[in-house]
Amino acid sequence: MTTLVIAEHDNQSLKADTAKVVACAQAIGADVDVLVVGANCAAAASEAAKLNGVSKVLVADASAYAHGLADNLGELISGIGADYSHILASASSLGKDVLPRVAALLDVAQLSEVVEVKSDDTFVRPVYAGNAMETVQSLDAKKVMTVRSSAFDAVASDGNAELVTLDTVIESQVSFESQSLTESERPELGNAAVIVSGGRALASSENFAILEALADKLGGALGASRAAVDAGFVPNDLQVGQTGKIVAPDLYIAVGISGAIQHLAGMKDSKVIVAINKDPEAPIFQVADYGLEADLFDAIPALTKLV
Amino acid sequence: MKVLVPVKRVVDANVKVRVNADNTAVDTANLKMAINPFCEIAVEEAVRLKEAGVVSEIVVATVGPKAAQEQLRTAMALGADRGIHVETDDSYCALSIAKILNAIQTNEQAELIILGKQSIDGDNNQTGQMLAALAKLPQATFASEVSVADGAVSVTREIDGGLQTIKMPLPAVITADLRLNEPRYAKLPNIMKAKRKPLDTVSVDSLGVTLGEHQKVISVTPPAERQAGVMVGSVEELADKLKNEAKVI
Repeated sequence: MTTLVIAEHDNQSLKADTAKVVACAQAIGADVDVLVVGANCAAAASEAAKLNGVSKVLVADASAYAHGLADNLGELISGIGADYSHILASASSLGKDVLPRVAALLDVAQLSEVVEVKSDDTFVRPVYAGNAMETVQSLDAKKVMTVRSSAFDAVASDGNAELVTLDTVIESQVSFESQSLTESERPELGNAAVIVSGGRALASSENFAILEALADKLGGALGASRAAVDAGFVPNDLQVGQTGKIVAPDLYIAVGISGAIQHLAGMKDSKVIVAINKDPEAPIFQVADYGLEADLFDAIPALTKLV
Repeated sequence: MKVLVPVKRVVDANVKVRVNADNTAVDTANLKMAINPFCEIAVEEAVRLKEAGVVSEIVVATVGPKAAQEQLRTAMALGADRGIHVETDDSYCALSIAKILNAIQTNEQAELIILGKQSIDGDNNQTGQMLAALAKLPQATFASEVSVADGAVSVTREIDGGLQTIKMPLPAVITADLRLNEPRYAKLPNIMKAKRKPLDTVSVDSLGVTLGEHQKVISVTPPAERQAGVMVGSVEELADKLKNEAKVI
């Protein structure tokens, strides 16, 4: 019984998600191998080799894998997967894109967004935007699952795994056209200890600057509700919620966010939640540890000065 | 060009669900049901492609109980041309649904398949990708922009960290994200017209697919409740609590 973890990386470095998925893999109890697939990804592979408890790091390095396209990655991983009992990936946009393809090619079901390991075949996952937790037993010979990384603590980087080069190159039917990634000095949403999130009440893209000032003072990341993203105030990758990013920072400050169930699904596992809203009836106050009924345009600059 | 849009009947997005008393399932009895919001976006995209002259026929399909015909009628009121209802009272995992849809696609030979990226009940986010794998088609998940030209489709995808644009040969599978479009409201005359559009009912057996048992639900429980918080009276009090009580800053 060995578990394969699909690494999340940008070729130069490993994303923090990978160390958390490895923690989930260790909870299953099997040996753990990691697959790093990319183009010129040697640096990321050597970081993966340091993850605690990893036996082998498989490296598939080819230009065909440069853009993380689902069809050829799915074929590659399902081929490698023949030797594994469990195949895990982070519930990131890459994991969600590729892993169901892997499962279908292996003729097994997939478990999405696993948050707890009960045994080597039984897992807990949220359904209905986290309004119910389902304990599911997999009856398949192979378990394919995406892991909600915010539910696991990263393993340490004190290991020394063997690197194994794979020669298989599979071309994609899809052609990559372009990519625009948000450049930011702030920590990634999924990895930040503090998140300051804004909603519709911010009213404009420019007004997010006052949240940025608070986030920067706290060394935190910026987030947003769906309403703020739909209105074009901030880019899509900042959306926190059922279908956006799921986060669980030490401190989540929700500013001008009413608290629709879809938003709560993305942040209610945060350790401390602060809600600042003008409307005392806003549902966000029901999940907040500290609520402040105030105009955000007065409260946020004042709070920024005090922290 | 023909487009196939699989849709799902789910509990309405505005309803807060509860777990049943014996912790075996979410209690869906007597709740308001609707077409899954992402599926509605998929239907709307197909209708826009038809209005743009790119698509000639829109086929909607669903797998579910008799009542799921309501959601097919909703899709037809938005502009789909005909419906296929795979009637069953069993609930299936995404892999089995993908196998059923693949059998429909084998019959229909649609050039484009558009699905919602996930259903808001199971939150699986799997069916489109599995269907693409089974049908050996390329896929573009989490689409926020779709354009079809010269036998290919360009799709802008919402990915972690930003946006990615890829181009696929047809036939291909697309899954719709939130910002692909804003679905229209069905007009009354179109709702009336939808009642007369063709709707075929078929059984799982008649499609010739063999489905296995892959997962067993052991229990369904409510999530851990958060302890009630406090309202603070001022920014100063808030900063003080965060520093000295919660100790998070």
